[in-house]
Amino acid sequence: MYQFLYNLTGNVIIAGTITAAVPLTVLLLYALFAIWLERKVSAHMQDRLGPMRTGWHGWLQTIADMIKMIQKEDITASDVDKKLFNIAPVLVFTGSFAAFAAIPFSSRLLGSEVEVGIFYILAISSLVVAGILMAGWSSNNKYSLLGAMRSVAQIISYEIPTALVVLSMVMLSGTLSLDKISQMQTAYFWNWNILGGPAFTWTKLLLFPFMIVGFIIIYISTLAEVNRTPFDIPEAESELVAGYFTEYAGMKWGIFMLAEYANMLAVSAVVATLFFGGYQSPFGYLGNTLGLAWLVPFEQGFWFLAKGIIFVFVQMWLRWTLPRLRVDQLMTVCWKYLIPYALVNLIIIGIITLL
Amino acid sequence: MALKTDTMILNMGPQHPSTHGVLRLELEIEGELIRNVTPHIGYLHRCFEKHAEAMTYPQIVPYTDRMDYLASMGNNFGYAIAVEKLLGIKVPERVEYIRVIMAELQRIASHLVALGTNGLDIGAFTPFLYLFRDREKILSLFEMTCGARLLYNYIWVGGLSHDIHPDFPRLTKEFINYFRPTITELNNLLTFNKIFIERTANIGILPVDTAINYGVSGPSLRGSGIAFDLRRDDPYSIYDRFDFDIAVGKGIAGTVGDCWDRYYVRVLEMEQSLRIIEQAIDRIPEGDVQSAIPKRIKPPKGTAYARVENPRGELGYFIISNGGVTPFRVKVRGPSFVNLEVLGELCKGHLVADVIAILGSIDIVLGEVDR
Repeated sequence: MYQFLYNLTGNVIIAGTITAAVPLTVLLLYALFAIWLERKVSAHMQDRLGPMRTGWHGWLQTIADMIKMIQKEDITASDVDKKLFNIAPVLVFTGSFAAFAAIPFSSRLLGSEVEVGIFYILAISSLVVAGILMAGWSSNNKYSLLGAMRSVAQIISYEIPTALVVLSMVMLSGTLSLDKISQMQTAYFWNWNILGGPAFTWTKLLLFPFMIVGFIIIYISTLAEVNRTPFDIPEAESELVAGYFTEYAGMKWGIFMLAEYANMLAVSAVVATLFFGGYQSPFGYLGNTLGLAWLVPFEQGFWFLAKGIIFVFVQMWLRWTLPRLRVDQLMTVCWKYLIPYALVNLIIIGIITLL
Repeated sequence: MALKTDTMILNMGPQHPSTHGVLRLELEIEGELIRNVTPHIGYLHRCFEKHAEAMTYPQIVPYTDRMDYLASMGNNFGYAIAVEKLLGIKVPERVEYIRVIMAELQRIASHLVALGTNGLDIGAFTPFLYLFRDREKILSLFEMTCGARLLYNYIWVGGLSHDIHPDFPRLTKEFINYFRPTITELNNLLTFNKIFIERTANIGILPVDTAINYGVSGPSLRGSGIAFDLRRDDPYSIYDRFDFDIAVGKGIAGTVGDCWDRYYVRVLEMEQSLRIIEQAIDRIPEGDVQSAIPKRIKPPKGTAYARVENPRGELGYFIISNGGVTPFRVKVRGPSFVNLEVLGELCKGHLVADVIAILGSIDIVLGEVDR
């Protein structure tokens, strides 16, 4: 995409801006949809209807809310550390959005073809931690501080099992580039990594159970990394009011929410790419059958978003079903269960790959 | 060099999502560990007892509604019994049966809120709304009977404000048939959920002697394993005619007297309330519900004390009459107020997140704590 635009315009800045604008647009539209979806999903799970008045089944509700939020007064409490307080939401959103640079939406739409894509994503999403800590510290509020401390401890801890599972997938694929990992799982769904990868040998059968374990571990730890129930302890509204963004109002608060939903998609996209073929269609492309080659990237974009949103839906489903864990129990789950299992899984997958 | 450490004071409330009203908790914390809890009350004080001294006896009934606003029927009930004791009147059988049915329906409705909010505090949002859906059906029954959904002013001294609707027995039976399976549903969704058990079992253990020393009553006391229930141990009205069990905490998930036990006692009590209603609903005799209401209530000089088993515990009314149309003094023993005192004892050594689980499990209503 970038190369194509660069050849077209001959300008680095224009080509770069357009390349970045496409994921941003997709992300904003997705966030509008996801917030509406969350409301409807929660409502229907709870025997309610959810928003019904604004548009068909309330689909305009998020847009109306956004307009309201932009109009709201931007309240900054008098005792906050203003600089940090203002930077924090931007930093959190930057961290989540920057991850999309290395995520391939389709074979033609990839922000940056970095060879170390997955490594870059793990690194850049840690920026969110700094933003959260800034928000909690600068708010000068005890609830915010407690929320930020919990959040940082949680995100950093859960990065370890995530990284271990990612590592095992990297060993299997032999590359750090998410685009290449997607390309390997091409054609049909039995080539997906969750079913043992593209190679049709007896190792496929051997890998299958460990892939399932890996998938479960990475899904649980990404849930914790994006602070969703049952791990939504940093923003546990019944304990800490709203956690680290208690003091935020108006659009700054909106940016935090946007970052949360962007993060949900980012981790879902990574999981989908590692285990479920990324943008690859499960059963061939309509474009290839009809002989319309230009249709294929769009189909890939559709499959990518569809897979991402299915995982986002599961996150919502869990949120509206389960209670939340306590801080110490959360750490127990991570250090006593996920990390050892992920480590063993990593070793076994390594041995199978060597065979 | 020794690191300078200090405890932090965290104000929880009066405007906090989980203090169940306007309760302010002053938490002294070390990191997230609780060192001390001081509850500050009085944000909802409305001078009920002082007001009662200037009101005639029937005028006080609506005021009692507003104490434990989740169990208004029970509040009316206790007050009516106390004044009837002063007057020395006996109410018709029909009134007694309807009163018991209403009180038991109210108990279920109140426990539904208690269980739902306890789950909500721990992060389970969905069961809360399921329970409110069921409570709605009980409120509809009340609305059909007396027109009000929250503050009923239904049980009057010597009678009732309205007779029941002809459809009431049929709809109540329908409700019982509908509600029994939903208790199982609740157990599957929340009670035996692994995360819920992790959060509540072995948390906030209330030992028997502490419970008795603090005067804890109701489900919070029974959660500690003591089968004390006024409906059986000091029967009032016609409770001695019904067959029901007293639910006690057995420590199924953890230790006896933990948050989970207090929660589960309420679940079991709803079942027993259904049993009582089932027995009573078919035996309501014919009659007039207002025949025994005195024209002018002017009790003789003297005192009376009546206590009833409210959903939250033992609710007592002590009324002193000096022979006038208004009482000389009305003293209320509110279960929420007494049960709240034990909070500090329960929270010590736990984490901030446990405070709300414990507070939810002792189930207070600030309207009654402050009166």
